Amino acid sequence: MAYSDKVIDHYHNPKNVGTLDKSKNNVGTGLVGAPECGDVMRLQIEVDEVSGVIKDAKFKTFGCGSAIASSSLATEWLKGKSVDEAAKIDNMDIVEELNLPPVKIHCSVLAEDAIKAAINDYRKKNGLEELKFNESVVH
Amino acid sequence: MLQLPIYLDHSATTPCDPRVVDAMLPYFTKNFGNAASRNHPFGWAAEEAVDYAREQVAKLVGCDPKEIIFTSGATESDNLALKGVFEMYASKGNHIITCNIEHKAVLDTCKHIEKEGGEVTYLKATENGLIDLAELEAAIKPTTILIAIMYANNEIGTVMPVKEISAIAKKHNVLFFTDATQAVGKIPVNVMSDGIDLMAFSAHKLYGPKGVGALYVRRKNPRVKVTAQIDGGGHERGMRSGTLNVTGIVGFGKACEICMNEMEEETKKLSVLRDKLQNALLKIEESYLNGDKDHKLPHVTNISFKYVEGEGLMMGFNKNIAVSSGSACTSASLEPSYVLKALGLGDDLAHSSLRFGLGRFTTEEQIDYTIEQVTNTVNKLREMSPLWEMFKEGIDLDTVEWAHH
Repeated sequence: MAYSDKVIDHYHNPKNVGTLDKSKNNVGTGLVGAPECGDVMRLQIEVDEVSGVIKDAKFKTFGCGSAIASSSLATEWLKGKSVDEAAKIDNMDIVEELNLPPVKIHCSVLAEDAIKAAINDYRKKNGLEELKFNESVVH
Repeated sequence: MLQLPIYLDHSATTPCDPRVVDAMLPYFTKNFGNAASRNHPFGWAAEEAVDYAREQVAKLVGCDPKEIIFTSGATESDNLALKGVFEMYASKGNHIITCNIEHKAVLDTCKHIEKEGGEVTYLKATENGLIDLAELEAAIKPTTILIAIMYANNEIGTVMPVKEISAIAKKHNVLFFTDATQAVGKIPVNVMSDGIDLMAFSAHKLYGPKGVGALYVRRKNPRVKVTAQIDGGGHERGMRSGTLNVTGIVGFGKACEICMNEMEEETKKLSVLRDKLQNALLKIEESYLNGDKDHKLPHVTNISFKYVEGEGLMMGFNKNIAVSSGSACTSASLEPSYVLKALGLGDDLAHSSLRFGLGRFTTEEQIDYTIEQVTNTVNKLREMSPLWEMFKEGIDLDTVEWAHH
């Protein structure tokens, strides 16, 4: 199966690989997937306490090229967005941007789930109610 | 100059040796006859070529040329052996013993036979990819007609104790069939000294063309018969109808002859290169060899690199190096290799495996390059892996509650 140029570019030049200090109150961490499924994504956001805007985002991913690219792209999209805007990122936007084939759609679902998990972790830390998300359509 | 890409997936298929192609060419154009045309020189030339190739093939595996049935490849040979014996020996019994790390061509055929009223015992491979001989013997019962155990495994390259298996089969008067696709032409295989009754193998794994293979069917002590699975003109002693693939068979014969002459030297060279690759990659932290380290083919190694995913790993160099992975991220099921799982590997290690298959034209320079590329990619991906970070922090990943998808 051939990967799209965008997937290949993210794979070879991933954006925002790294770790944020998860003990900080303004950092939200989402860890999704499982080793036995062949995909684990950890996505972190750091929120500016004054503006409520995501000022930094980092990821680490165990998975195939599409999973790495999906999380790398997600971190790029997250930066500069408000937390509420970030919650609206849809996995199909990732599919479209990266031109993922059907067998790789689960990678984008995982990235969306990671974003949501990071947002809820941040909300929980800050005494906010966790957002309820609809189940993603494709699992 | 190092030429890229490098091919290290010889367990999947091999290139045709140029000498094989040269031998085949006249049979496409000048000598195009049908080997079954008995009444003119075109047919005679084709028949003569097939006879000669049959001798070349027979010589490599130590049998009589009459015992070679040409087929379209090992999958067909597996089908013919299993279904053919099941049908032919129905009055004796309906029980077949095989193993859970056989090729799908054997396993799926056994599943088919079960639907037809057969009974199949699937022995569990040991964790190093062999079978327990005591377990095999204990599985035999009065209705057992066939033991089907592969010669060498296609994913991990382990070589089964064939002589011991055939001795058990003989002792209990049960036929022994082996899929030797990965072994023939790579290591000495001799149906007489190995005590094999039926054996499947294929041309394209030994530098011959695709689309041609053989089933060895013993004619003496005991005389083995299989029920044909393809009806028609009664070719191949009635066991496999269909116009013979003369060009393919000529290439198969030539490929076998070359293996016969060069195997010993080639094996020596390849095992040195394989050991170099294997030792270097096993020096990487948290890398594990899959399969038995001693009982294995000289040109194959299968290694898991924990905390990186196999397909992601391959992507780091697959423009330049062709290998294959036990990961199945591309398949809809997302199931990793059933062979590695059967050895008791956790899904995490099965997802992290790469298979390297060296071949006739592999050079040391290619191996050096591969070592460098694989090592760099493993290191790079571990820097990106949350699992590696957790491992380094001393977190036991088995205690983590994963959000299962």
